[in-house]
Amino acid sequence: MILDWLLPTLIAVLLVLAGIGAVRRANLWRAGQAEKVDVIAGLMAMPKRYLHDLHHVVERDKYMSRTHVATGGGFVLAMALVVLVHLFGIESKILAWMLLGALTMMFCGALFVFKRRINPPSRLSKGPWMRLPKNLLVFSITFFVLTLPAAGVLPESFTLGAMGNWILTIVLSVLVLLSLSEMLFGMTWGGPMKHAFAGALHLAFHRRPERFGGGRSTGLKAVELASDSNSMTFGKIHGVAKPSDFKWNQLLGFDACVQCGRCEAVCPAFAAGQPLNPKKLIQDMVVGFAGGTDEKYAGSPYPNKEVGKAKGGVDQIITEGLISSETLWSCTTCRACVEECPMMIEHVDAIVDMRRFLTLEKGETPNKGAQVLENIIATDNPNGHSPASRTHWAADQNLKVMKDVKQVDVLFWVSDGAFDMRSQRILRSFVKLLKAANVDVAILGDEELDSGDVARRLGDDATFQSLAKRNLAVLSQYQFNKIVTTDPHAFHCLKNEYGGFGSDALKGVDVLHHTTFLNQLIKEGRLELDAFASNGGKVTYHDPCYLGRYNGEYEAPRELLASLGIKIAEMERSGYRSRCCGGGGGAPITDIPGERRIADMRMEDVTSTGADMVAVGCQQCTAMLEGVVEPRPVIRDIAEILAGQIREPKEGERV
Amino acid sequence: MLPNGEHSVKVVSLVSIGRHPQSGRSRRAEQDGRAVELGLKLAGDNLTVVHAGDSQEPVLRQYAGMGLNALTVLSQEADGDALPLMYDFLSQSDANVLLMGIRAESGESSGMLPYLLAEKLGWPLLSRVADIVHINQREAEVLLALPRGQRRSVTVSLPFVATIDNAAIEARQTAFGPGLRAKINLIENQKITDDTATAWQISPAKPRPKRMKVVKAKNAADRFKAATAKPAGGGGKIMKNETPAEKAQAIFDLLLEEKVIR
Ligand code: SF4
Ligand code: SF4
Ligand code: SF4
Repeated sequence: MILDWLLPTLIAVLLVLAGIGAVRRANLWRAGQAEKVDVIAGLMAMPKRYLHDLHHVVERDKYMSRTHVATGGGFVLAMALVVLVHLFGIESKILAWMLLGALTMMFCGALFVFKRRINPPSRLSKGPWMRLPKNLLVFSITFFVLTLPAAGVLPESFTLGAMGNWILTIVLSVLVLLSLSEMLFGMTWGGPMKHAFAGALHLAFHRRPERFGGGRSTGLKAVELASDSNSMTFGKIHGVAKPSDFKWNQLLGFDACVQCGRCEAVCPAFAAGQPLNPKKLIQDMVVGFAGGTDEKYAGSPYPNKEVGKAKGGVDQIITEGLISSETLWSCTTCRACVEECPMMIEHVDAIVDMRRFLTLEKGETPNKGAQVLENIIATDNPNGHSPASRTHWAADQNLKVMKDVKQVDVLFWVSDGAFDMRSQRILRSFVKLLKAANVDVAILGDEELDSGDVARRLGDDATFQSLAKRNLAVLSQYQFNKIVTTDPHAFHCLKNEYGGFGSDALKGVDVLHHTTFLNQLIKEGRLELDAFASNGGKVTYHDPCYLGRYNGEYEAPRELLASLGIKIAEMERSGYRSRCCGGGGGAPITDIPGERRIADMRMEDVTSTGADMVAVGCQQCTAMLEGVVEPRPVIRDIAEILAGQIREPKEGERV
Repeated sequence: MLPNGEHSVKVVSLVSIGRHPQSGRSRRAEQDGRAVELGLKLAGDNLTVVHAGDSQEPVLRQYAGMGLNALTVLSQEADGDALPLMYDFLSQSDANVLLMGIRAESGESSGMLPYLLAEKLGWPLLSRVADIVHINQREAEVLLALPRGQRRSVTVSLPFVATIDNAAIEARQTAFGPGLRAKINLIENQKITDDTATAWQISPAKPRPKRMKVVKAKNAADRFKAATAKPAGGGGKIMKNETPAEKAQAIFDLLLEEKVIR
C-alpha cells in the first residue's frame, strides 16, 4: 500500500517542520531581555508543575479539567506511540493496542471539546479555535483506523479492490495531513496547539517559580534605576516600551495563552466596560513580539474598541499603535486574572512594566496621577497633607511613639488612613481593641511615610524605592516583634515588596494584617467579645484583593466574624474569586471611564446576598463601597465591628 | 500657529528651587514650572532653562524631567546674588524672551528679581502673564491675568521679560528617566555675595490674624454673590476714550494722592 511509505514520510516531514518552527519561535522569545533561569531544574520540574499546579487551576472547571486530561494526555501518549509504531515501524501488538487505547481516550476527550464548541461562551476565542476539536477528532479517528492492521484487528492484506484502495488511501492521507498539520505544524507555527509547546516551556522557565508547589509570589519586581554615577545603567530606559524590553520568559509566557478567556470573565475592568480585556492584552503582546496586526484575533475585544487596527513589532513602542495607554491604566491590579489563569501567566507584572515606561520615561500618568505622585514626592502622602499632621488623628489616643520607647512588642503601621476621617474611625477601633487586649503597642508617628503602594502601581518605581528605603531606615532604628496594619496595601508592600533593599529592619519580624492579629488575640483568649446581635440582618464579607489573592488570608476575617456568632452570607464571588472594589492599582486616581463603576458592581454582589451589612478589612475598600449611592448595605471594617462588641469587665471581675 | 521652527525667537526660562507649602521640602516651584511649560510651548527643544545656584540640587532634575535636553546652571553659593549672574548671562546671549515666576517660593521671595533684571537689561516687563498667544520675530501677543479669571490682551515688542501667573497652563508631569539624562551645563562664576542680604537677620513670620468675614446672606444665591462679587472699592475709574495725556495725568495725580511720589 502507498500508505506504507507515505505515512512515515508525512510524519517525518511534519516533525521536521515542527522542529524548524520550534527554533523560529524560540528565537522570537529570545528577542526579550536576559533573565536567569535554572534550565535543568525547570525542565525536570515541568511535569510536576503541569500535573499539580496547572491542573490545580484547571480543576476549578471540572468539565474542562477532565476533558483536558483525556484529550491532552491521550494526544501526548498517542503521538509518542505513533512515532514508534508508524514512523519507526516497530512491530509490536502491545504498542499498537496501547496506541488504540490512547487514541480512544483522546477521542472521548475531543468529543467533549467539540461539545463545548457547539455553543461556546463568549469568553472563548473563536476563529482557528473552532476547528481544533474537529482536527482532534480527525486525528484520533484516522490514526485509529491506520493502527488497526498493526494491532492485528484487520488483516494486512485487507483490500477493497484497486479502486476502493486508492480512494481509501487518498482519503486517509488527506486526513492524516490535515490533523498532523494542526497538531505538529500548528504547534510551533502559531496554531492553537501552540499553547501546549509554549505552555510546557513556560512552566519550566516561569519567572516566578515560587508559585509552584502551593507557594505565593505576588510582590512586583523592582526596576533597576539608572543613576548618573553608574555608566552601566546610565541612558537606560525604565520600564517596558517595546516588546523586546520584556524579559524573554515573559514573552514565552504570553505565548502560552490558550485564549480560554477565564481572565476576561473575572476582570472587573472588563465587566465595567473599561477598555481592558486581559486576554486581548496577552494576545496583543504576542502580536507585539511576533509582529503583525490583531486582525486574526477572534475573541472579545477591549470594550468599545475595534479589533484589527492594532499593529506591533518587536522593536516598536507598544503604546504607539499596539495598545492604548488607557488599557493599561484601567487595571486595578486585583490579580483576579492571574489567579484564574490556567497557564499561570502574569498579567499584572506586564501591565505595571508598561506603566513604568509611561510614568518614568514619558511623564504621562493620566488624570490625577501626576499630582498624586508629586504630592507623594513632596509630602510623603498622596494628598499633599502636611507631614507634621500625620499623627493628629491619635491626639486623644494616648499611644506610645517609637521615637520615645525604641522597643515594643507590636508596631502599629497606621498608613495614610491617618489623614482620612473615615479611615480614622477604623484606626481608632483597632486601637481600642489593642488596648482591651493589653497589647504592648506603639506607632511611628510622623516618622511613618506612605508605603509606596500607589506610587509603585502607578509605575513610579523610583518614588516607591525611595519611600521603601526611607521607611526601612526608620524601622531599622527600633526593636519590635510584630508589625500590624489595617491597610492590606501597606501590608502587601511591607510583607512582599520591602525585601531586596539590603535592610534587616524587617528580618524576623511578623508582618500581619489586623484581622490576622486580632484573630490570634482571640484565640489566645486575650480579647473577649460579646456576640454580635445582628437583629436578623445578614452580614457578608468582601475579601480585599491585597489581603486574599495577594497574601492568602481568607480565613482570619471569617473566623473573627464567626467568633462573634456571625454567619456570613457569602457572595458568589468571594475568597480567591472575590471581585475587586475598584480601589487598587491607582485606578481611582487614573480614573479611566467605562460604562459602569466597579464599586457599583461589587455592591450589587453584596446586595444579591440579601445582606444589610458588608464587613471589610481595608480602608480603601470601605471608601470605595461607601462611595456607592444609598440605599445600600452599611460598610464596616472588621475592627469596627469587633470594637463594638468588647466585653466590659463587670464589677468585681478581673482587676 | 507658533513659529516653533524659527530660531529667531530665543526663549529663556529662569527657574528657582521651590518650597512645598505643607512640608517645606524643596520642589519644582509652581510658577517657575509654568514658565518652563510656556517656554516649551513657544520654543520646544530650543528653550534654554537657567538656574542660578547649586548644580547638584536634585530639584533641577524635576525641571529637566519635563523633557529638557539640558539645563544651564550659573554656579552660585547660597548667599550669592543672582542678579549680576543672570544679567551677565543674558546680555551675552541672544535671548529675546525671558520667562520666570512672579516670585520665588524660598529665600527672599521679594519678587524684585524680574524688575531689577528688566531694568538692567532695559527690556519691558509684563507681570502676571497667563499665556503668550502669538509670537514672531518682532512682537508678541500676550494675555495678562487679571483677578477673577479676566484677561487683558496686550502686544509687546521683543525683547521682553514676563512673569508667569498661576493662571498660566500647569507644568507638565516630570518624568524620572529624562530628568536623569538631561545634561547640566555648569557655568562657573566669580563669587558675588549679596552683602546686604547677609547682614539681615531672618526669623520666621508670624501668621497674620485673618479678618473674619461676616456674610449676612440668607440663601445660597446671596452667599455665592458675596463670594464672587468684586470688592466694592469706591475709587478708581476706567478711562477708555480720554487722550493719552489725560490718562497719564490721571495716573500721576493718583500717585501723588497715594504719596507714592512727592
Ligand atoms: S491569559 Fe490565561 S486565563 Fe487569560 S485567556 Fe490566556 S490562558 Fe486563559
Ligand atoms: S489585575 Fe484585575 S483589573 Fe487588572 S487585568 Fe487582571 S483582572 Fe483585570
Ligand atoms: S481596595 Fe480592597 S478590593 Fe479594592 S483593590 Fe484594594 S484590596 Fe482590592
